[in-house]
Amino acid sequence: MKKIYIKEEYCIACRLCEIYCQVKHSKSKKILKAFKNETDMLSRVLVEEIGYNSFAIQCRHCEDAPCVEACISGAMQKNKNTGVVTCDEKKCVGCWMCIMTCPYGVIKRNLSEKKVASKCDLCGDEEYPVCVRNCPNEALQFKDI
Amino acid sequence: MALKLNQSEFEIDRDKEKCIACQVCVRQCSNDVHEYDEDEGTVLSDNSRCVGCHRCETLCPTGSIKIKQRGSEFKSNANWSAENMKNIYKQAETGGVILTGMGCDKPYPIYWDHILFNASQVTNPSIDPLREPMEIRTFIGRKPDRLEIKAVKEPGGKTTGFKNNLESQLELSVPVLFSAMSYGSISLNAVKSVAKAASEFGTFYNTGEGGLHKDLRCYKKNTIVQVASGRFGVDKDYLNSGAAVEIKIGQGAKPGIGGHLPGEKVNYDVSTTRMIPEGSDAISPAPHHDIYSIEDLAQLIYALKEATEYKKPVGVKISAVHNVAPIASGIVRAGADFISIDGFRGGTGAAPQVIRDNVGIPIELALASVDIRLREEGIRHKVSLIVAGSIRSSADVIKAIALGADAVYIGTAALIALGCHLCQKCYTSKCNWGIATQDPYLTKRLNPEIGARRLLNLLNAWSHEIKEMLGGAGINAIESLRGNREHLRGVGLSEKELSILGIKHAGEAW
Repeated sequence: MKKIYIKEEYCIACRLCEIYCQVKHSKSKKILKAFKNETDMLSRVLVEEIGYNSFAIQCRHCEDAPCVEACISGAMQKNKNTGVVTCDEKKCVGCWMCIMTCPYGVIKRNLSEKKVASKCDLCGDEEYPVCVRNCPNEALQFKDI
Repeated sequence: MALKLNQSEFEIDRDKEKCIACQVCVRQCSNDVHEYDEDEGTVLSDNSRCVGCHRCETLCPTGSIKIKQRGSEFKSNANWSAENMKNIYKQAETGGVILTGMGCDKPYPIYWDHILFNASQVTNPSIDPLREPMEIRTFIGRKPDRLEIKAVKEPGGKTTGFKNNLESQLELSVPVLFSAMSYGSISLNAVKSVAKAASEFGTFYNTGEGGLHKDLRCYKKNTIVQVASGRFGVDKDYLNSGAAVEIKIGQGAKPGIGGHLPGEKVNYDVSTTRMIPEGSDAISPAPHHDIYSIEDLAQLIYALKEATEYKKPVGVKISAVHNVAPIASGIVRAGADFISIDGFRGGTGAAPQVIRDNVGIPIELALASVDIRLREEGIRHKVSLIVAGSIRSSADVIKAIALGADAVYIGTAALIALGCHLCQKCYTSKCNWGIATQDPYLTKRLNPEIGARRLLNLLNAWSHEIKEMLGGAGINAIESLRGNREHLRGVGLSEKELSILGIKHAGEAW
């Protein structure tokens, strides 16, 4: 499967990945509308920063995903064909066990409506995830393992 | 603190309708222009800090920022320009020399823009470079006085060879090289970008006077190592880590002036590369203290040839000054294999503004006079001419070659390809584009993979354009254009300018 690779030496901490992720997962999908009118703007990619060191991290779609193991409602699932781990937000009951077990800390609580776990879905319908496409310095790469 | 009289140069026009307060601009500006106001949830900008580098404008995801030249003007005065006044205000406050970066931006005549190139019609056919072979390969180095061909016996038949030994040559797949820009003046990622592009395209980059970083030794075949007055990082190993050696006498942006890399910029990496103690100022003296004559220069040229066992061409770089033609003649006689001439518009990381804007001569005139002088003296073939100092496009390249250059150096053009927006603040080491800085937070912004790709694209594009222009003029090899001034015509130039350039005015035919 294709995964997102991080080149931390070129991450410039501009956080454009976060911004485009928020837009992609917004209701309107339009940057101005989403940021001006929508309240639950949650990025599924996180830029970690200490001094000049920074990198953008999102769900690693683990081979043996602990979040899938820990999910009590069956919302968190790993697609056997694509290998992508997704959270079925309709099934999610908000117990946050996935957050407890995620070794990368890349699952977030979305409390805006019904509380659900929010995580990277690799922008399933796009050729490239939006964080990768919009990284100005190619610090994120989408390629086969 | 007394009142400062200079107002901000730029104005940040932020469209409130479009700004989503994402703070990309805040994070990207090394001059702290933008600030996020948590109480208001908006981004505020301080015009006075803006240097006009356009980083925020380029990265803003909604296009809400526009950097404008500030509208406020002084009472118009044809004699006292705003720049004169601002400089006086600045100097009255600081008492210092005004520093600047990049090349001269004053409205002196740009001769390239007064020269037109020829094309074929009826009497000689033009050539389509996409369908027919077109040779733009260039060789830099000393050529023999005459070629003597001899038959060489080889198993399986006779072939021909040269009777005389050819001096070592640099082979370029396009007559464009990357200028000397030292590691120190620009970031390692910027040097890696040019080195990688040069090696992939089959041309050369120049180390500048900053020594050779260990990560760049792999580009040996495409490196010209420079020996300047500071002799930073020079040893036998360094000299043999390149394909050619260039002695730097002068630089177009600051003829007659040395260099000074402040100790703060001499970090561990720069210090080991330059072979000087960490944190010490790297001072390049104005002259080479062992060169006070052509004879002294000859000694250094031959010392370098001895050190490289006569396997590498040794060149000399000078800035274009008033007596450039006789100086060039002396350099040829001193034994140089190529001469690099840097015009007064050439760039720099830091120079006193008064020098940058008032010293030297245009490269077009310098090139023409050097080429004519060397031809008159019958020594043009003994040396290759590389010209620099604001080659802005493939058209400038082709005009330079028709005026007599063998190849051109591009520095500013290469940096623009890497993202430079010519804000001329290189000397502050706060380059937001990750080029003229050593700050690790900023140097990361230039990914050498992207940089090299962009430079390769530029060289590719220029090669295609050069071939198109050559084809249009019915020429199928760049060698046939070299010094072929019949292909040039001047527009709006005086008799004197035309005679120095050695070209006819537009409208004059055979």
